[in-house]
Amino acid sequence: MATIVEITEEKALEVKNFEFTYAGADVPSVKKLDMPVAKNSITALIGPSGCGKTTLLRSFNRMHDLYPGNKYEGEILFKERNILLPKEDLIRLRIQIGMIFQKPTAFPMSIFDNVAYGLRLQGLKNKTELKDRVEKALQDAAIWNEVKDRLTHDANGLSGGQQQRLCIARAVAVEPEVLLFDEPTSALDPISTGGIEELIVQLRERVSIIIVTHNMQQAARVSDYTGFMYLGELIELGRTEELFVTPREKLTEEYITGKFG
Amino acid sequence: MKNIIDTIFANATRAIAFGVLLLLAWIFTVLFEHSLESLQAFGFDFILEDKWAPNLEKFGALPAIYGSVVSTFLAMVLAVPVAMGIAIFLSEIAHAKLKTPVGISIELLAAIPSVIYGMWGLFYFVPIIRDVFGGVGISMLTAGIVLSIMILPFMAAVTRDAMNTTPDILKESAYALGATKWDVIKDVVIPYAKSGIIGSFILALGRAIGETMAVTFVMGNVHKISTNLTEPATSIPVALANEFAEADSDLYYSSLFELALILLVVSFVIISIAKFYFLRRKRVGQ
Ligand SMILES: Nc1ncnc2c1ncn2[C@@H]1O[C@H](COP(=O)(O)OP(=O)(O)O)[C@@H](O)[C@H]1O
Ligand SMILES: [Mg+2]
Repeated sequence: MATIVEITEEKALEVKNFEFTYAGADVPSVKKLDMPVAKNSITALIGPSGCGKTTLLRSFNRMHDLYPGNKYEGEILFKERNILLPKEDLIRLRIQIGMIFQKPTAFPMSIFDNVAYGLRLQGLKNKTELKDRVEKALQDAAIWNEVKDRLTHDANGLSGGQQQRLCIARAVAVEPEVLLFDEPTSALDPISTGGIEELIVQLRERVSIIIVTHNMQQAARVSDYTGFMYLGELIELGRTEELFVTPREKLTEEYITGKFG
Repeated sequence: MKNIIDTIFANATRAIAFGVLLLLAWIFTVLFEHSLESLQAFGFDFILEDKWAPNLEKFGALPAIYGSVVSTFLAMVLAVPVAMGIAIFLSEIAHAKLKTPVGISIELLAAIPSVIYGMWGLFYFVPIIRDVFGGVGISMLTAGIVLSIMILPFMAAVTRDAMNTTPDILKESAYALGATKWDVIKDVVIPYAKSGIIGSFILALGRAIGETMAVTFVMGNVHKISTNLTEPATSIPVALANEFAEADSDLYYSSLFELALILLVVSFVIISIAKFYFLRRKRVGQ
């Protein structure tokens, strides 16, 4: 059985007896998983490559539904509803739960249009309101000063770190309640990585964050809670400072002391 | 020893590459040489003159140019939307089980020799056009339709390939913001693949404008400019295919060569635009 710490805050999400099986796979990639996610805090998911971190993360916004044949079981509770039910409105869900990917994914359009994209999808047409919300999002993502003079330029002209912050601006522009980050700095240099980490910590004020990382230092630097996954299971979820200093599970200890990975 | 082989190999391949360039220059020179008489006789008026009367030794290329342009334009107007539809279906909508068989059949269609499209057009399309639109059935419209069917598979296949280069992660990013499939196609896939798509259209245009066998049967080779699409017409390759054997005077012969020269230059420009502007390799690491 997994060791799961008592969460004192309100919960943003609650995973209950969750299993996920990819189309055509014989065994589930995430198994019988229970996990609370605290509101307005940062939960990091660590664990060796292939242990199911991305698979779990992509279940929170039902990304797996884009490909046929994948199977969810159990419950993921969000705002008092089970988002795994077939009747879930995926468009609304993905507005409420945003996602940042492993590589920057600027759309082939201008910087402004990238950030305005999600707002326009929701039917926001008013020019001044769009402008205000794009500016606010870019400020929230700490990139406004760098791009304010070239909002009409192609977003692909930005550096990798800038593009990743643009993607964060694009995600926060629609004011989600939860943000999912899948190894958001794995394609970036150390300086850009530092900038993104700082930004993630600041965002905690407004959103609940789950971040997948293969980098334990990163988890230790940014997160309030850390979950350690192994072979599709959650082995331990604890307060970050406790989990890294006094892990309660033997596997966790072996992993964080570098005995395997 | 190894060095010598390397050197020989490098020089041999270089020679072959230059050979191809030389061949192009040679073809151009031959066409130019044979066109000289017509060039001297008519000058620039050749492409503005709308009379083509071999018995009067009067040769104007305008009807053939007009026919080439109009039939190609018709073909593009008909083929582009259908090719886009097929490509979108194959790259974004079709189930994986359907993608491969349909994709392969389209590639097979693209490999059918054009003379077969021409024969099929003559025996099946000409009567249909005659019944539906009137006229004799052999017409500009028939040529446009047969051409569009001929370039469609190629266009659809290349457009699909261009769309398939859109990274999944980019599409997922749009879905993650609440986009629908249609939003993703319109805002991400098509803009991302835009230059490849336009490039494939232009290559198809290049094929259509130089196409001979598919249209020779169904166009009629009548050197007359008519705005009525159901009337017979001609195009540069159709005129060449029909008239070379009967060119009985030097000027006639030379005028046909000048037609060929015009076609070569136009095709060359079209293909160059497609290759060098739109189908350049994408900047890596976006
Ligand atoms: N699209 C897929 N289809 C089938 N199996 C997959 C797919 N993606 C990942 N897996 C499998 O699911 C398991 C978990 O993968 P993943 O969630 O990507 O791990 P992590 O993010 O922790 O490295 C792995 O065994 C992987 O091989
Ligand atoms: Mg992963």
